[in-house]
Amino acid sequence: MADRRKFPIAALAPLLIVLALPALNSLLPASAPAAGASIVRVRVQAPDQVRLWTSTPIERTDAANFRFTEASAPDAPAEIKAVRSEPDGGVTLTVGQPVHASDRYRIEVVEPPMSRDIAPSTWAVLVTVFLSSALINNFVFTRYLGLCIFFGVSKKRETAIGMGITFSAVMLFTGLFSWAVDTWVLRPLNLSFLQILVFIGAVAMVVQFLDTMLKKTHPALHRSFGVYLLIITTNCIILAVPLLNAQANADFAEAFALSLGAGLGFALALFLMSCSREKLELARVPKAWEGLPIAFALTGLFALAFMGFSGLDLFR
Amino acid sequence: MNGTDRPPGARALILNGIFAENPVFRLALSLCPAVAVTTTVANGFILGFAVLFVQVLSSVTVALTKNFIHPRVRIPAYTIIIALWVSTIDMILAAYFPVLYSQVGLYVKLIVAFAIIISRLEYFASRNPLVPSFWDAFGMGMGFLLALVAIGAMREVLGAGTLLGFTLVKNKPLLFFALPAGGFFSIALLMAFFNWIEIRGGGKPSSGGGAHG
Repeated sequence: MADRRKFPIAALAPLLIVLALPALNSLLPASAPAAGASIVRVRVQAPDQVRLWTSTPIERTDAANFRFTEASAPDAPAEIKAVRSEPDGGVTLTVGQPVHASDRYRIEVVEPPMSRDIAPSTWAVLVTVFLSSALINNFVFTRYLGLCIFFGVSKKRETAIGMGITFSAVMLFTGLFSWAVDTWVLRPLNLSFLQILVFIGAVAMVVQFLDTMLKKTHPALHRSFGVYLLIITTNCIILAVPLLNAQANADFAEAFALSLGAGLGFALALFLMSCSREKLELARVPKAWEGLPIAFALTGLFALAFMGFSGLDLFR
Repeated sequence: MNGTDRPPGARALILNGIFAENPVFRLALSLCPAVAVTTTVANGFILGFAVLFVQVLSSVTVALTKNFIHPRVRIPAYTIIIALWVSTIDMILAAYFPVLYSQVGLYVKLIVAFAIIISRLEYFASRNPLVPSFWDAFGMGMGFLLALVAIGAMREVLGAGTLLGFTLVKNKPLLFFALPAGGFFSIALLMAFFNWIEIRGGGKPSSGGGAHG
């Protein structure tokens, strides 16, 4: 970044929007108030304890009065081991399975009839999806995307860093733009079969737009990163982000976290690989293994190391 | 191979795609799917077939319409043609092979970004008549298909002890090859093997250059 003063502040706009999301969430009414009794608040206290606050006290405190299900399996209620009355009329349920702050659940009470969906906090979603796409399902090492560009530009550290930054920015922009197109245009009009065509066009458009904008507004930045912009117009790793978002039915926060995590995960992979390939230059490699084969074996070792991240979850 | 000369015959074009310019092992193009979907032969075959389908049909389309495409907009036009055929095969596979498709679906969609396809359109189909373009695309597609099946066979036998789902060995000989990391090692081994043959034969290894697409 030659000219620090001219860093595009507009690039931070999506970040600001996401920072504002939790605040926005609390402004909206949580759910339509049901007639009569309702569950006012739910909190996961211990990994297996759920505290309920209700508008009217619950008199029946036997386990059969409550139904606790995961949103992904609404027909298989979790076992409720104990119910404890609280002084304010609410109850604390002890559930037979660990409750994760990053999953969705539903609580129903038979008498008085009321129910409430428990959704994870926006931050929990952001962090989980981000870690998942950056480390656990790293685009290079576990999803094998962008290998071509990965082997192409990881020979020198400087190029790798520039490429990593450009890719992260482009993936974030294209991911969010395609998410918007998918959610507000393709799905409402039932045009999902045009996904591939539209996403390719969207990616090409955003890259062109960034290129033109950068050239006019931040020429210094364009001189250092413009080269990378042009060669990534349609690359499988860029295109995979909108496709994965669409596959996962992501909401805005998820799409944001996935795009950002994918980009930064790719930048990390590029950086690691370029560091070790610079060392590899000095090593004596058997003739048949020179060039790509040894680079592939090296990537295999990294992939093996990244397997250690599987199962990483801050909320379990 | 420049298209201003008389294009070579069908047999030469097919062999060229399978051996001399094998997309995966020799040109080192489109490596992502070569690692990603080749845990079994069936997965490798279905993606290889999808690529063959897209390559042949887009080459034919470009060969037929090249006189109507202005050179300045040819790359976007090619991309749209490829995207059209990728959408087609994507929907066909999703409808007729739902189980296999659920494993390779993402990579079928990503065929649209494969460098191998657009480079054949640019270097061959846009400069040659219909029939040679067809055979060139067929050879390239077959080269890709066979490479994926070979890697898939190696990984399935070594990793799971099965071939096409039939058990060959009771235990799992080298589970490592079924893991993500094993895919990278399989490609490394196969590439080194091809290079070794080349060196033994007196040529020079080809895959030292950068990989694209």
